[in-house]
Amino acid sequence: MSTSTATLTPATATSTTTTRKKKTGTSPLRPKRSPLLTGVMVLYLIYTLVPLLWLFISATKTQNDLLSSPGLWFGKSFAFFTNIKDTLTYNDGIFLRWLGNTVLYVVVGAGGATLLATAAGYGLAKYAFAGRRAVFAVLLGAVAVPGTALAVPTFLMFSNLGLTNTVWAIIIPSLVSPFGLYLMWVYATDAVPVELLEAARIDGAGEVRIFFTVALRLLAPGIVTTLLFAVVSTWNNYFLPLIMLSKPNLYPLTVGLTQWSNQATGVGAHPIYNLVITGSLLTIVPLVVAFLLLQRFWQSGLSAGSVK
Amino acid sequence: MAESVAAGRVTARKRRVHKDAKGWVFVGPFLAVFALTFLAPIGYAIYLSLFREQAFFGGNVFVGLDNYVEAIQDSKFWDAFGRVLVFLIVQVPIMLILALLAALAIDSLRLHAAGFFRIVIFLPYAVPGVVAVLMWGYIYGNNFGLAADLNDLFGTTAIQPLSSHWMLPSIANIVTWEFVGYNMLIFYSALRTVPGELYEAAAIDGAGTFRTIRAVKLPALRGAIVIATIFSIIGSFQLFNEPNILRTLAPNVITTYYTPNMYAYNLSFAGQQFNYSATIAIVMGIITAIIAYVVQLRGSREAL
Repeated sequence: MSTSTATLTPATATSTTTTRKKKTGTSPLRPKRSPLLTGVMVLYLIYTLVPLLWLFISATKTQNDLLSSPGLWFGKSFAFFTNIKDTLTYNDGIFLRWLGNTVLYVVVGAGGATLLATAAGYGLAKYAFAGRRAVFAVLLGAVAVPGTALAVPTFLMFSNLGLTNTVWAIIIPSLVSPFGLYLMWVYATDAVPVELLEAARIDGAGEVRIFFTVALRLLAPGIVTTLLFAVVSTWNNYFLPLIMLSKPNLYPLTVGLTQWSNQATGVGAHPIYNLVITGSLLTIVPLVVAFLLLQRFWQSGLSAGSVK
Repeated sequence: MAESVAAGRVTARKRRVHKDAKGWVFVGPFLAVFALTFLAPIGYAIYLSLFREQAFFGGNVFVGLDNYVEAIQDSKFWDAFGRVLVFLIVQVPIMLILALLAALAIDSLRLHAAGFFRIVIFLPYAVPGVVAVLMWGYIYGNNFGLAADLNDLFGTTAIQPLSSHWMLPSIANIVTWEFVGYNMLIFYSALRTVPGELYEAAAIDGAGTFRTIRAVKLPALRGAIVIATIFSIIGSFQLFNEPNILRTLAPNVITTYYTPNMYAYNLSFAGQQFNYSATIAIVMGIITAIIAYVVQLRGSREAL
């Protein structure tokens, strides 16, 4: 039972079909820690963090300070809270509207995608119905087609159906995550013992009920990982809303922020750099928090098999 | 699969998976949405690509493969394609090697605070691509970015990340920054599945760190490397967000056909040439699928 949580990232799922051993990943002898290696890695860490540090520092500056003070140090005034207030209230609080839209797209889109992928992955893993191989072939073929290449035809189709400029134009395409399906398929194969399903069937439980009462609990770590990646891709979605929506009050944060950024150039330019920067920071925060909170799951999933 | 391991073959198979059409209850909903959002647009794009809009008479006329012939002779398309190809050949290896080194370092047990490194290096993946580009765009900029600071510091104007000469490397830097952590995690979790006995055997054989990496860790990573490479190739060919957002900062450097995806997008939404745009999308889809397939074949053949 317990070995099923040994590994739990999409990577593992896609890259290994080997049997999972209880003792994995650790060298038998603990080597000495190397200051040199740590030092080299710190350099990479700096590269990773400098842009984020720049963003944070810049979010404390007024528009004038942005132009007059060095990038990695604070300006004359500390305008962090003013910037946040201005970002949230600019243009009748359109930023909050975008935030609400993003949350809606993420909850319904990523939530729905996770549910569909979980059910389908479980179905493919545990039922030998006719056409299972065909499903696999079609999925593989479709995944090879670049997602954004589909965007234009999808737009034209949705336009004919009268779905553009509605929330459905964003939500419906977000509901499909072939990657999530693959993940759940691989995960369900190992995590749900067939004996348990048989026992439930003998007790007279229906298939759907078995899924919700028996299988879902066993699939939970896989579901969290799938959800995490679905949330990221929906939260970050830019291309799809860019083409599907022309009404600013339906925009998610990504499209809204670029629109603010575009205000700085062109005819009647009205730059609001400080708001774009503060808005960017506010856009990052929820995802980083979600990652850190959910991290426990995939951390434990990752390290469950290794010797502590 | 592992069927043959089980003692009674027939009973094993029967117990392993439930032979039942009820599986469709679970797979059906996914497939329905999949058909609507994947298969239907692919079909519709193919349909569109066989027609051409008539300028004066209105309506679409069937033109067979004429659009494809036009695409193959379209210098703008090949210009865009060449650019993403260069991007792919240079950026993808750099990104994957950095990710591989980071994964090996974190897995090596020689690092202080390895868990901290793993989280922080993965962090950019949580930053929306759009925000990453806006952020780096400002940093690159001459107004108040770090590039301007560096130029002030050295009293030059040499650092111009948004100039035509440096634009592609600048975009490559953004993409690398965004995705090293993600690929690192792919490699790292593959390393976690290496059985401890293999390390013990290597240690008994007297293999040092680098020998162990070559003989044990890299073979274990092969599948993960193939997957990561395929994802990166698809990502490179789809390059859109980064150049499209940077375009407002450097409109003269980034053309409307800077990448194939931008070309298809601008054909549709600026030029109303939906049929030709669909053709470009399909051509890119076919090229991507072929290359991804070849990489996968090569990857699995070498594994044998």
